[in-house]
Amino acid sequence: MKILETSGLKKFFYRLQALKGVDLHVEEGELVGLIGPNGSGKTTLFDCITGILKPSGGKVYFKDKDITNFKPDGSYKMGIGRTFQLAQLFPEMTVMENMLLAIQESQGSMLNRLFRIREDDNRNKALSLLEFLKIGHVRDEFAKNLSYGQQKLLDLGMVLMADPELILLDEPLAGVNRSLAVEIVERIRELRKNCGCTFIIIEHDMKVVMDLCERIVVLDYGEKIAEGTPEQIQNNEKVLSAYFGG
Amino acid sequence: MNTVKASKVTPLRASIGWLCLLGIFVLPAFSVSSQYILYLASLTCIYTLTAAGLNLILGYAGQISLAQAAFMGIGAYTVALLSTKLSFWVALPLGGGIAFVLGLVLGFPSLKVKHHYLAMITLGFNIIVYLILMNEQEITGGSYGVFNIPRPKAGPIDFTSNESYHILIALVTCFIMLLTYWTLNSQWGRAFKGIRENELRAEMLGVSLRNYKLLAFAIGSAFAGIAGGLLAPLLGYIDPTIFNLGFSFQFLLMVIVGGSGRFEGPFIGAIIITIFPEIFRVAERLYFVIFALAAMLILIFMPKGAVTLWDWLFQTITGREAPKLTK
Repeated sequence: MKILETSGLKKFFYRLQALKGVDLHVEEGELVGLIGPNGSGKTTLFDCITGILKPSGGKVYFKDKDITNFKPDGSYKMGIGRTFQLAQLFPEMTVMENMLLAIQESQGSMLNRLFRIREDDNRNKALSLLEFLKIGHVRDEFAKNLSYGQQKLLDLGMVLMADPELILLDEPLAGVNRSLAVEIVERIRELRKNCGCTFIIIEHDMKVVMDLCERIVVLDYGEKIAEGTPEQIQNNEKVLSAYFGG
Repeated sequence: MNTVKASKVTPLRASIGWLCLLGIFVLPAFSVSSQYILYLASLTCIYTLTAAGLNLILGYAGQISLAQAAFMGIGAYTVALLSTKLSFWVALPLGGGIAFVLGLVLGFPSLKVKHHYLAMITLGFNIIVYLILMNEQEITGGSYGVFNIPRPKAGPIDFTSNESYHILIALVTCFIMLLTYWTLNSQWGRAFKGIRENELRAEMLGVSLRNYKLLAFAIGSAFAGIAGGLLAPLLGYIDPTIFNLGFSFQFLLMVIVGGSGRFEGPFIGAIIITIFPEIFRVAERLYFVIFALAAMLILIFMPKGAVTLWDWLFQTITGREAPKLTK
């Protein structure tokens, strides 16, 4: 079953066209890699899917529902979670508070939130996720005091709190040391096995993308230039030309 | 590495803390012989309330408002004009209610603009309210103001004396501070802080910026409305010049000097801004210069506000970190 589909998605920044009618479809449970040179429109595509940017044209469907004009809070409540190139946290709040904020808005009404003081279930869930991500020991630290790698893991943990069906990871390994990168990839694999979520990953580490993803979509100058299995992509002329010139 | 243990806020400790605060608020009514000092104590309570409202908007939700004086004016005029026709007990919540609704309206620009642009819009609102109060003479009395604003009675209990009216102000302030404490420790408080810390991420986690920003503006403005409603009978006379722009800046100063984003901040700020100028009066003409210098020095040496001094004192005396009163 198709979980996400974009058709003819366009985005203009004044005269610059960042997306030139991108068609993308992702099946439920898939792990899709989204690659392309810098400035090819990968993050803009994520921004348009999650409602951070309003597309200039085209449509976004999530589980056959048109979510083109949804705002970010709407797309999150629909079941789309997203991490960022630079970890986006609440620096002056503790790790636990960061995790709890990630789930509270998906539960109950505004009025309920004023009267819900005890949240033991959410706390337990946050703790087990933090343990899974191996940052349980820093749960009472302010997020700003975490190392960059730990911040990336917290960023991922926050997305997992509300059990999203589709997770968009924007360069989860950027700026992370090798051993932590291996750790993050391991966690993604485990998650995939255990929760059955669908992933779209933007990543520049080609080895990781080729190992991890079943299908890869390549963007260049806002256009989809190739799509296929890792083997097909590795041998695609257009992709090689986009990356190496010529 | 030596780590300082944090003090936990248990329900028992919180209750004792609240009783102490109530005691501090009410005490001047019983212990102070000077009517002037009692008047300053009443003003401090009223200012605490208004600054607490601004702290919610600025310190927790991260939005700027320079219109607290306008909302105080709305509350004050509602009570001044309606308490003789209706009753003080109807007019006071009504003043808060009108400020709540207008605060909600003023919150809408915060969905589009931020920082100094938002400051300018709220500043403009303050000027509009001031001009309406000044020019709508038939209703507000214009520059002559409203005279003989009565203090309330509740059956056999008479709040007309300075002491009894101070007790009423202290009780209302404490009650509203308790409501604020509840709100800030609920999931609303966390969402407010989330918006302050990282608006984009908060929205990406389902936090409705529209709902929470408008709520912060409305609640914070309602506090100022109620504070204004308490101020009118305290003074017995009000005119539009009280609720000018400078008054709004004074509340901003209270929040910043006290400690923005800290529950105790507005209380400490209100004490400093109300009491300090009076202490410096001995310096006669220079008193305001000294006061301004003192405020500047506090901010230079305690950028997070004078609440840092309280944290330091608490830690020095008890050996534990001061308790965090809100999430």
